[in-house]
Amino acid sequence: MFLRAKHLSSIDAGHYKNTAKCATEVMPIPDVVKISMSQNIGAPCQPLVKKGDAVKVGQKIGDTDAFLHVPVHSSVSGTVSGIETMRNAMGGMDTFVVIETDKLQTVDENIKAPEVTDHKSFVAAIKESGLVGLGGASFPAWLKYDPKNLDEIKNIIINGAECEPFITSDHRTMLEDAQDVLDGTLALIKYLGAEHGYIGIEDNKQDAIDNFNKMIAEQGITNISTFPLKASYPKGAERVLIYEVTGQVCDAGVLPASLGCIVANITSAAFISQYLKTGMPMVKKRLTVDGDAVNKPGNVEVPIGTMVADLIEFCGGYKGEPKKILLGGPMMGRAIYTDAQPLVKANNACLVFSGPQALIPEETACINCGRCHQACPFNLLPTKFADAYETKDVKTLNDLKVMQCMECGSCSFVCPAHRPLAFMNKLGKALVKEAQ
Amino acid sequence: MAETRTFKTNLQVSSSPHLVTTLDTRKTMFYVLLALVPAALASTIIFGFGALIRILCGMVFACACEWCYNKVMKKPDTTSDLSCLVTGAILAMNVPANFPIWMLAVGCIVAIVIVKCLYGGIGRNFANPAIVGRIVLLLSFTTEMTTWPVSKIGGAVDAVTGPTPLGLLADGELASAPGLGSLFMGTVGGALGETCALAVILGGCFLIWKKIISPIIPCAFIGTVFVIALVYYAVVGGDHNALYMALFHVFAGGVCYGAFFCATDYVTSPIMDRGKLIYGIGCGVFTMIIRLMCSYPEGVSFAILFMNIMTPLIDRYVERQYFGVAAAEKAAKKAAKEAAKASGEQKEGAKA
Repeated sequence: MFLRAKHLSSIDAGHYKNTAKCATEVMPIPDVVKISMSQNIGAPCQPLVKKGDAVKVGQKIGDTDAFLHVPVHSSVSGTVSGIETMRNAMGGMDTFVVIETDKLQTVDENIKAPEVTDHKSFVAAIKESGLVGLGGASFPAWLKYDPKNLDEIKNIIINGAECEPFITSDHRTMLEDAQDVLDGTLALIKYLGAEHGYIGIEDNKQDAIDNFNKMIAEQGITNISTFPLKASYPKGAERVLIYEVTGQVCDAGVLPASLGCIVANITSAAFISQYLKTGMPMVKKRLTVDGDAVNKPGNVEVPIGTMVADLIEFCGGYKGEPKKILLGGPMMGRAIYTDAQPLVKANNACLVFSGPQALIPEETACINCGRCHQACPFNLLPTKFADAYETKDVKTLNDLKVMQCMECGSCSFVCPAHRPLAFMNKLGKALVKEAQ
Repeated sequence: MAETRTFKTNLQVSSSPHLVTTLDTRKTMFYVLLALVPAALASTIIFGFGALIRILCGMVFACACEWCYNKVMKKPDTTSDLSCLVTGAILAMNVPANFPIWMLAVGCIVAIVIVKCLYGGIGRNFANPAIVGRIVLLLSFTTEMTTWPVSKIGGAVDAVTGPTPLGLLADGELASAPGLGSLFMGTVGGALGETCALAVILGGCFLIWKKIISPIIPCAFIGTVFVIALVYYAVVGGDHNALYMALFHVFAGGVCYGAFFCATDYVTSPIMDRGKLIYGIGCGVFTMIIRLMCSYPEGVSFAILFMNIMTPLIDRYVERQYFGVAAAEKAAKKAAKEAAKASGEQKEGAKA
């Protein structure tokens, strides 16, 4: 828009929140879990255990000396049956610790609530907890909470937008662990010295907004407020959320902290509160299981490292023949080629499709309608990226600011010619990075 | 043991997003065809079944041209996206109701084969095929293209053909031109689709409501025509007041039809909002220049063709506002300017 818009462009991708009313079920411990050693952006961990070792719940099984990392903990008790290298959901090769479970879930004796008194001990505790950004990018959370300009941090923004269609796990967290979310937000405000916490929630989750408002009023909390967002995709993207809540423009590659904001996922906030109370590190995750090829869709709490096949079996098995399995939502999630894939911390949904969603639509010629440009929250020109990528024109890609693209997929969604624009943007970004 | 279990493999993988809109090219074109229905009905009522026959013939010819071209050139068939039907219909609605049908076929060949297919098919043409088709017909068969049958409603009973309101205006016979009411309802001489402003605006509003077209181009086009006419007649004066003449220019001829259905062609109009504004204003300005100063009574198609050619230029040079970039670039520019100024001062200082 040529007038300064109050809201960034967004699209109506449909909501499909079929499982919003499904209370979380706890999945029984599977026979085997495979725990990935690289569950964060940055350096992968090295396994601290070897074949034959006995492990307990919460025991640290992976760590590294590299700076950008978070440790990995065992989600089960049992015996290490091997260290495997196999392809992960992102397509790269990765080390997995395979644990045969004894189903007793014996908790490691070293687990105790951390002593947190100030910002430094808070960051150290978060680092030990194994928390990563749970929105999907898996950025190590401790680094996010340790900005260089700590005294400039004003706002804590808790991301409860959950704009991806189908996913309801954050919604369930907000309803079932509301007190933890508030406590975690208060902890973040306290230890980061912030002034105010905003809980951004899309207005299609009115029950969660009402619930928080009631609790905030009852408990007399003055420095947290809910922030209703219009329910449209992609309101939960970090840069979009910051603009919607504070009106600040966050450039690509700039940390939100430089604008005085720290953004945390709603599930991260709930986890922080639970961790500060119990000291149990990140070993389980709430997931939405949905799609037309699952018998019993719902929200499930699983130990990290559970195989997709075990999860689906718990959800009543496949309905018909599955054609496509997604980890994450349909807009930014990853399609996996086999269900022998273990789950990682950042997964928030597992969607199984056999119907039309599983098909790749036929691509036709661009008709220059400009819908991709209108849909782009950042006013970029995806159709021009695609042209420039096809001719490998790095200069034009740079002029068109391809690196601003956050790969939300809105352009591909709205394209009447069904061109894979978001994919070409990713390739274009890779091309620019290569040329640098 | 899990190891002995069989897992599902060879599942479909693809890059995200895994969900796409149901509004594809075919559906878009179908909406445009739907939006043309009121104008087609109105022209059938006003000019008789000859109008409907010509519109249907135009669609059939256009579709046949594209199908044959793809067959001959051994290209995949693209007629199923319905865009050729839209081109054929829009072209046919640009001709008089008694226009020889074989000439319409010539127009379709020019529009589809030369302007669209030879340039690479849908999305690659640099000019609106229907507009070029119309201009070629106008220049090749000038007599047939400018012999306008009169309306069956409210027209002179004894006359078979008559001039258009804009023709009367150009000949200085405004006194005998129809009033605004009949212009709006379309019971005047003119091309099939363009006479009934009411039906055209109805169809255009449908497209805007369905978000098929942006309101910017039609609003800028019609607004510019209105404002220029208002100012021109306020200065020059005439039999009627300026407001009457401004509305006369908007409802007479093809301004409404061109603004809603021709100028908004995706392929040949800019994609950014600012570009659309410039494009719409440009269409209005050139239409009025031709109407007021040139020998042709009507200039909508020439104006749209001219702005079609300007579109790549507009898209290239219109200021782009990317989120997050503008502020950073402005700061960088300012810093560079200050640095240049500082170094300039230093040089001057050194000279002194």
